[in-house]
Amino acid sequence: MSGTPTREVARRVFAGEFNDATHTFKESDEERAPVYALLPTGERANRIFVVGTLTETEDVGEDSEYWQGRVVDPNGDPFFVYAGQYQPEAASMLRELEPPAYVAITGKPRTFETDDGTVNVSVRPESITLVDASTRDRWVVETAERTLDRIEAFDDDTNEYARMADEQYGSDLGQYRQLVISALESLDESDGGAADEAEEAGTSETDAAEPEPQG
Amino acid sequence: MSDVRQHAEEVSEQFSEHLDLSVEEVEDRLDNLVNEYRVPLEEARRSVVSHYLDEAGLERDEIRSGGGGTEQMNVEDVDRDEMWLGLTAKIVDLWDPRSDAVGQVGLLGDETGRIKFTKWADSDLPELEEGTVYRLGNLVSDEYQGDYSVKLNRTTTVEEVDEEIEVGDDTVEVEGALVDIQSGSGLIKRCPDEDCTRVLQNGRCSEHGEVEGEFDLRIKGVLDDGEEVHKVILDEEATEEFTGIGLEEAQEMAMDALDTTVVAEEMREQTLGRYYRVSGPTMGRYILTNEVEELAGPADAEDVLIKARSI
Repeated sequence: MSGTPTREVARRVFAGEFNDATHTFKESDEERAPVYALLPTGERANRIFVVGTLTETEDVGEDSEYWQGRVVDPNGDPFFVYAGQYQPEAASMLRELEPPAYVAITGKPRTFETDDGTVNVSVRPESITLVDASTRDRWVVETAERTLDRIEAFDDDTNEYARMADEQYGSDLGQYRQLVISALESLDESDGGAADEAEEAGTSETDAAEPEPQG
Repeated sequence: MSDVRQHAEEVSEQFSEHLDLSVEEVEDRLDNLVNEYRVPLEEARRSVVSHYLDEAGLERDEIRSGGGGTEQMNVEDVDRDEMWLGLTAKIVDLWDPRSDAVGQVGLLGDETGRIKFTKWADSDLPELEEGTVYRLGNLVSDEYQGDYSVKLNRTTTVEEVDEEIEVGDDTVEVEGALVDIQSGSGLIKRCPDEDCTRVLQNGRCSEHGEVEGEFDLRIKGVLDDGEEVHKVILDEEATEEFTGIGLEEAQEMAMDALDTTVVAEEMREQTLGRYYRVSGPTMGRYILTNEVEELAGPADAEDVLIKARSI
C-alpha cells in the first residue's frame, strides 16, 4: 500500500476547451482507477471546478428525474451538467434553482458517445452552490491563468499529457488562447456592471462578522 | 579496533541488563554474518540484535540503543515509520492524555517544525515541561494515516539543555476555492469517555461501542487552486467564526430538523465554491486553520490579458 490516495486536483478550464476533451484514459488497470479526460492544452483532468451562469435547467429523465443544467462561461460556451438519483443534492439544486444564477460546480468530467458517433463531454457534479458575481469573475481570471500556464508548458518535451494531446487533437492551441483573451476582455467590458440578482439573493453571505445569534 | 568489534561491544552493552553476553560471543555472530555470509554490517547487527531479543524475550524498544544514542535529526527529517532518532527540541504544547497508557502527549518542535510526541506512562521518564528544551535520545517514530509522531519509551534518554530554540514557524497561508466539505464536518458527536474523544460513526465509537456522544463542531474542507489541493480543518471556534453558526445554534438547527446533517448542509451552502485565503500551522496533511478570509474583491484581469496577448 502506498498510503492514502491523494485527492485529484480540480482543473480550471473554459467550456470551449472542456467540450473538446473527448479523449479519456486510465493510468492503471485497477478497476477503480481514476478516469481522466485529456484537455487539449495538455493536462489530465479527473475533476474540474467551474463558476458560471446557469441559464437553463430541465428534467430530461424518463423514468426517474435526471436534471440537465446549462452553465455558460463568459465566451457563451456551455458546460452541460447532469445530475440524477446518484447525485441527489446536486439534482435538487438544479430542480430548485431559478435561472439565471451564478453557480459554482465541482464535478467529474464524463463523456458520452451518441448514436452518430459524436462524443459529448459533460460534468457530473459533486456539489453545486449559488455564488456571487465577484466569485465568478475571480474564476474567469484564474481559469485564464491556468489555461495560459498549460499553453506555455505545451512544448516541453517532458510534458507527457501535452504529447498525448498533440497525438489526439493536434497542436494548434490558437483557439484556446483566443478563449482566454475573449473571456478576459468580457470582464473589462462588464466592469462595474449591474449587480446581479444572485448577488442580492442573500444566500451567499459568508461575512464572519455577523452579529451573534441571540437566544 | 575493527568495526565488527565495536558493534559487538555496543550490542553486548545494549543487553547488559538482560543477558550475560560476552563481547567475543557477539563478535563471532557478527563476524560470521559479515565475513562468511556477506551481510552488510548494519543488517548483520540488526539480525544479531533480533536474535538476542528473542533469547531474552524482549521487544525492540525495551533495550537501550547502542553506540551512545541515536542519530540526532531535525523534526522535518522524520518521514518514516519506526525510525530511531534523537531530537533536541522544545516542548511547545502539552495536551491531556486520552489513555492511561500515555503519560504525556503534546507537540515538540525545533527550528524545522513541530511534531506530535507521546510519552508512555510506563516509561519511567521525568515529567516534561512546556517551554523547556530537551535533548532526547532514542525516540522512535510512528506513522498514522500519513502523519508522523515520535514516541518516548523506556529506553529514551532525556536531558534538559540550557538553550533557547526558535521553534520553526510552520504556519502556511494558502488560497483557493473551497471545493469540498467532507463527511465528518458540521455538528459531530465525540465519544464522552475522558480518554477518548473519537468522533462517533452512527452513534458508535470505534473503541467504546455505542455511547451517548458529546456535540462538537468542525469543518474538514478542501481548498483547491487548480494546481494543488490543501486539506484544512476548522475547530469549533474557527468554524463558528467562519460560518457564523455556533455550537448552540447548530444543536437547535439539528433539533428542529431531527437530523444533525442539516448543519453541514447549511455550511456547504454558505461556503462551497467560493475563494478563500486560509492560514494556520500544518499538522501532517492538514492545515489547522486559525484564520479564514474570503477573497471577495474584484479580480485583476489586466496582467493576465497582457500575457495572453503576448504569447
